[in-house]
Amino acid sequence: MPNVAINAKGLVKWFGEGDAKTSALKDVELETYFGEMVYIVGPSGSGKTTLLSVLSGILKPNSGSVLVENVDIWSLSADDLADFRLNKIGFVFQDFHLFPRLNTAENVAIPLILKKKDWDESIHEASNYLEIVGLKGRAELPPVKLSGGEQQRVAIARAMVSKPDILIMDEPTASLDGDTGNAILNFVHKNILNADRCIVVVTHDSRIYEFATRILHMEDGRLTGIEKSTA
Amino acid sequence: MRGILKLAFKLLVNDKAKFTALLFGITFAVFLMMFVTSMLIGVLNHASATVINIGSTMWVMDPAVQTVANSVGIPDYLLDAVRSMQGVKYAVPLYSGGGLVKLPDGTYQSVNVIGLDDTSLVGRPELIEGKIKDIYAESAFVAVHDAEYAKLQNPKIGSQLELNDHRAVIVGIARVTTSGLYGTPTLYTTYERAVQFLPNPRYTITYVLVEPKSAADVRKIKQQVAALGYLALTKEEFMQRTADFFIYQTGGGTNMLIMTTISFIVGLSISGQTFYTFILENLERFGALKAIGTKSRDLVGMILFQATFTAFTGYGLGVGLSSLLIWLARLRLPSYAAMVTYANLALGFAMVVVIAAISSYVGIRRVLQIEPFDIFRG
Repeated sequence: MPNVAINAKGLVKWFGEGDAKTSALKDVELETYFGEMVYIVGPSGSGKTTLLSVLSGILKPNSGSVLVENVDIWSLSADDLADFRLNKIGFVFQDFHLFPRLNTAENVAIPLILKKKDWDESIHEASNYLEIVGLKGRAELPPVKLSGGEQQRVAIARAMVSKPDILIMDEPTASLDGDTGNAILNFVHKNILNADRCIVVVTHDSRIYEFATRILHMEDGRLTGIEKSTA
Repeated sequence: MRGILKLAFKLLVNDKAKFTALLFGITFAVFLMMFVTSMLIGVLNHASATVINIGSTMWVMDPAVQTVANSVGIPDYLLDAVRSMQGVKYAVPLYSGGGLVKLPDGTYQSVNVIGLDDTSLVGRPELIEGKIKDIYAESAFVAVHDAEYAKLQNPKIGSQLELNDHRAVIVGIARVTTSGLYGTPTLYTTYERAVQFLPNPRYTITYVLVEPKSAADVRKIKQQVAALGYLALTKEEFMQRTADFFIYQTGGGTNMLIMTTISFIVGLSISGQTFYTFILENLERFGALKAIGTKSRDLVGMILFQATFTAFTGYGLGVGLSSLLIWLARLRLPSYAAMVTYANLALGFAMVVVIAAISSYVGIRRVLQIEPFDIFRG
């Protein structure tokens, strides 16, 4: 029986008040495990991104709980929650959100710098991760000099450099062409996923379904079914 | 340097266009403010030149006197009265007035004549040529070698001038701390000779210079002088009275204060606007940092560091630039009335601190408002 990475119960989240009130999550229950790559798929506005934000400690639910490695993250203080995100979770954002004024290695080193690690050590470690994601020799380049696929790899390296237990990927192929997106997810599946790590991916892109351990379908704020399970 | 601050530094300076605009705004504001206040301080300093150069601790005068140059004669009995007051160590008369000198080439030049107490020569300048005892010789005068000295056609010891139809002989060349404001050369002589050479109104004493026995006696002396209907001021108070006249009664000081305020507003507008734009352009990245796990206080620290670094660099450049310009101006005009003092350095520093505080406050508010969830939503 694999270990539970995330255990979410009774998640409810709404936005706005009165007539403008919109329910984004309606009593969502979810368990993810170490060693699996879980996809959350569904139409736009179904609540995928809201669920991802609640699971990763970014958006507080109106009710319900999220246990990550048996810690109720929404009972933590703001500072502890920030530390939790920094130490336990790696983020790959849809638009990468790389800093154009920093070079590639400096971008990757950000989580280590935020952990108050020495600057030179952080850059050295970041350069190693750039090698792992296949960007050896690109450490000094600014992100704008890289292709979309390379920028995505930089974003992955940045997410992985602090060795998080959970990797959150939001629409990782949205800004990439089909082949590049496929190659990126193949890389993540082969090199990043391991028995001690859980990867949660929100996507629309059916071309990358082959790499998923489980695909959870979401619609109208609810998880409505499992489309694929290799677990 | 802590890694987070180095990160903030790189984010700031690597955006060369924004950083240059920020620096330009603050440098320009500091330069303008330093220049204007230096001019004001310089003018005020030159306006009090006689007070500074004579250096007496206390000055007794007619209450109508507004500046040291705007003298009103006081009766001779006042000198005796002051000498007999409690707390007075000594009191001497001073003559300060204007005259017209006929130069060797036949042209005329107005001069400021200072007549020192014959016995003590209290307030005498430092001689760079000649001997002070020669001031007692017949028709003896000491010329001050300041920016206006050349207007007397650079007299040497033994040179003769004609002062109000009297022969005047230069027996010494002196230097003083501060040149006068009005561009007239200064001659020192004894009180008796000054009164003898220059046409006089009913009262010949311009000021009574007083040395109190102790600092505690100053207040007592002021009260005793006031009881006689006259005014006794310390050196600093007399300088302040002169400064107040120029600031509030001539409009010059007010104009310079307005210029200083305008430079502050210009600097704040350029820097505040540019810094806010810088924050707005990086807002998503600050949001991403927040999502990754940056604490709010670290983000605040980064923004404060960026604002402070820019402000202090701009301050240094502004001070350097204004000092350089004043130095260059002095090469051409030795009596150029501009002075960089601790007061205007402190004022400029306070101004950039306010600019940095307001700019960073606006930026911090915006960054703290952003929700990391917005980064996910795109």
